Amino acid sequence: MSITRRRFIRNASLTAAAAAVAPSLFLPGAKGAWGATLSKGKPIKVGVLFSLTGGLAVPEEDSALVMQYAIDEINAAGGINGSPIEPVIIDAKSDMNVYSEKMRELILRHKVISVFGCYTSASRKAVLPTVMSQRNLLFYPTCYEGAECSQNVICTGPLANQHSRDLIPFMVKTFGKKVFFVGSNYVWPKESNKNAKLWLEQAGGELLGEEYIPLGSSEFGPILNKIRAAKPDFIFSTVVGASDIAFHRQFKQEGFSADKMPIASLTTGEIETRAMGNEFGAGHFLSAPYFQALDNPTNHRFVEGFLASKYGKNGTTHYNMEETYTSAYVFKAALEKAIAGHGIEEVTPAMIRAAAAGVRLEDSVSPEGAVWIDENNFNTWLVPKIGQCQADGSFKIVSQAPSQVAPDPFSIYPDAGKCTAEGLKAANGSIRKDVI
Amino acid sequence: MDYSWVTFANALLLGLSIGSIWLIAALGLTIIYGTAGVINMAHGELIMLGAYSAYCLQTYLGVSYLLCIPLSFVIVALFGLVIERVLIRYLYARPLDTLLATWGVSLVLMQGVRMIFGNDPKYINMPQFLSSNVSFGPLSLSAFRILIIAMTAVLVGAFWYVFYRTHFGIKIRAVTQNKEMAASFGINSQRIYMLTFALGAGLAGLAGSLFAALSIVLPNMGTGYIVQSFLVVVTGGGSLLGSVAAGALTGEIQSVLAYLINDTFARFMLFILIVVFLRFRPQGLFSAGATRR
Repeated sequence: MSITRRRFIRNASLTAAAAAVAPSLFLPGAKGAWGATLSKGKPIKVGVLFSLTGGLAVPEEDSALVMQYAIDEINAAGGINGSPIEPVIIDAKSDMNVYSEKMRELILRHKVISVFGCYTSASRKAVLPTVMSQRNLLFYPTCYEGAECSQNVICTGPLANQHSRDLIPFMVKTFGKKVFFVGSNYVWPKESNKNAKLWLEQAGGELLGEEYIPLGSSEFGPILNKIRAAKPDFIFSTVVGASDIAFHRQFKQEGFSADKMPIASLTTGEIETRAMGNEFGAGHFLSAPYFQALDNPTNHRFVEGFLASKYGKNGTTHYNMEETYTSAYVFKAALEKAIAGHGIEEVTPAMIRAAAAGVRLEDSVSPEGAVWIDENNFNTWLVPKIGQCQADGSFKIVSQAPSQVAPDPFSIYPDAGKCTAEGLKAANGSIRKDVI
Repeated sequence: MDYSWVTFANALLLGLSIGSIWLIAALGLTIIYGTAGVINMAHGELIMLGAYSAYCLQTYLGVSYLLCIPLSFVIVALFGLVIERVLIRYLYARPLDTLLATWGVSLVLMQGVRMIFGNDPKYINMPQFLSSNVSFGPLSLSAFRILIIAMTAVLVGAFWYVFYRTHFGIKIRAVTQNKEMAASFGINSQRIYMLTFALGAGLAGLAGSLFAALSIVLPNMGTGYIVQSFLVVVTGGGSLLGSVAAGALTGEIQSVLAYLINDTFARFMLFILIVVFLRFRPQGLFSAGATRR
């Protein structure tokens, strides 16, 4: 029997209908979509989803390595309640579609109890719908712009109010009022600059110009010419990745000097400086909660331990890596709490998230100094620091907040409401869940 | 932002520099595509190989940067020769297959370099005098950009000479215009193709050694340049003169629009202008007059 067009269409639509119905057959009840249960002594599977290849690999590969280091360290110390952590490491290939597809694979096939991953807001927004619908948990171990209130995320990096609120007034006070904004052309730099404008206004500064470069572009000639004409006192940069390195190199090649017009960046850390060559990074400023040069016993142990391990081949530690490292310990503490409260067989990702509220990593665990998870919005209380890059590529801390600063995801959108553990609570008391 | 004649003149000067960067990236492609009709998707990776050659020469052998530039040409030209002999020469009659085959080569090169050198970026040290800025009255340009402009001018001059003033150039042009006819006059077209492919690859390598200093050395750095190179070659029509004109024109348009509005908009407008232009003149600015393959 030959396949007629009509028959083909009918079969195809039947298949499509079946495919649409099928997932609902496997959807479990109210307890959550997470199908596997933990049991004592059995490995605890977690997902590690970073780009090991492609344009995002420069910072993300290091995050994946430090994650494995942290897991090895936890396992060597007896694991979590006697169970070792078993990472399922997947390469997201710097492709947003792959992020979303692999997140599904991690949760549905590998049945991981939590996922550590993503470095950009674009990839976070690509995986979150899956994480939320499957009621799983994403540990997002880097900075982001805020304005989200999802019930399935824990973030260990700084929010905008912990990232540029100190940096802008510091730069205005030290170098002068006039500033020029340069950023990569995507959501995080634009939102960061919205925040920065507010701090700038409060500090009495003056914005001379705001320019965005396409992601991955390495031609900074036109922007540098505009900066030359505008003559700012300093530059505020949210340029990321390979573009950031091109920016710093061309800045010096075009005759600008860090002494007269420094770049205050939210991204240019030890990894980037190593990649551009120390002389191009020297003199510029970075705001971050962590620097490799931090002088405390926990950080010395972390740096020496990591660099000597099989994961430390790249020769440096970095704020991104440290935030990934602490996220592993937040997971450990939260899971231990959840197990103590519910028993190991009953634990779900949602319980881990609930247990993470207020989890505190002491000085003896966290290389950046004590941090804790906010019990409302599940971002991290941390101490923002400002470092200046030295001639040898290391950073010298020139200023730091007196104590931990509260994370505020809606700092520039006060009308949106307050992010609570249940969802975004508006002024009239209504609660919206899963705001991304 | 205030607009004045001085800043506008600076934008024009910068446009020249951007144009020369795009042109030097596209020169090798022009020669390979213009002569042999091979759509070389691995061109970006040949640029990347040039950058890694310069990096290796400098880091492991301590060769000075200025010497790395011609050496990268030689190394990547030899590499191109190998690719041509092993793969491309069987595909001259099938342009679409060359597209797929060279794309495959590009993936292999990218992954190969990643396996050898890892994913972390490398950088190149430049002599001090190149990382400074030169002023001509109110105008200024970095010394390195001047080097690239000069390099582009020299290369264009050299290729004009080779193509239009030497015996070898006459053979190349004959093969380009009609391979069978040229063969009947005793020209070994296989040999001409082989040499032009190696030459084009070498030029990509040279461009790579320059770009390495401008930006960063990464296994996937070539992907950014290939789009730009094809843009120049297609707009130019595949001839040397066409590429020179297209490079200068697109560079100036990019720079002036970026100066007047902003960089992202400039890129967007540039693509639109090129699409509209190709709608009305699909053969490009100056067609080489070759039989269309």
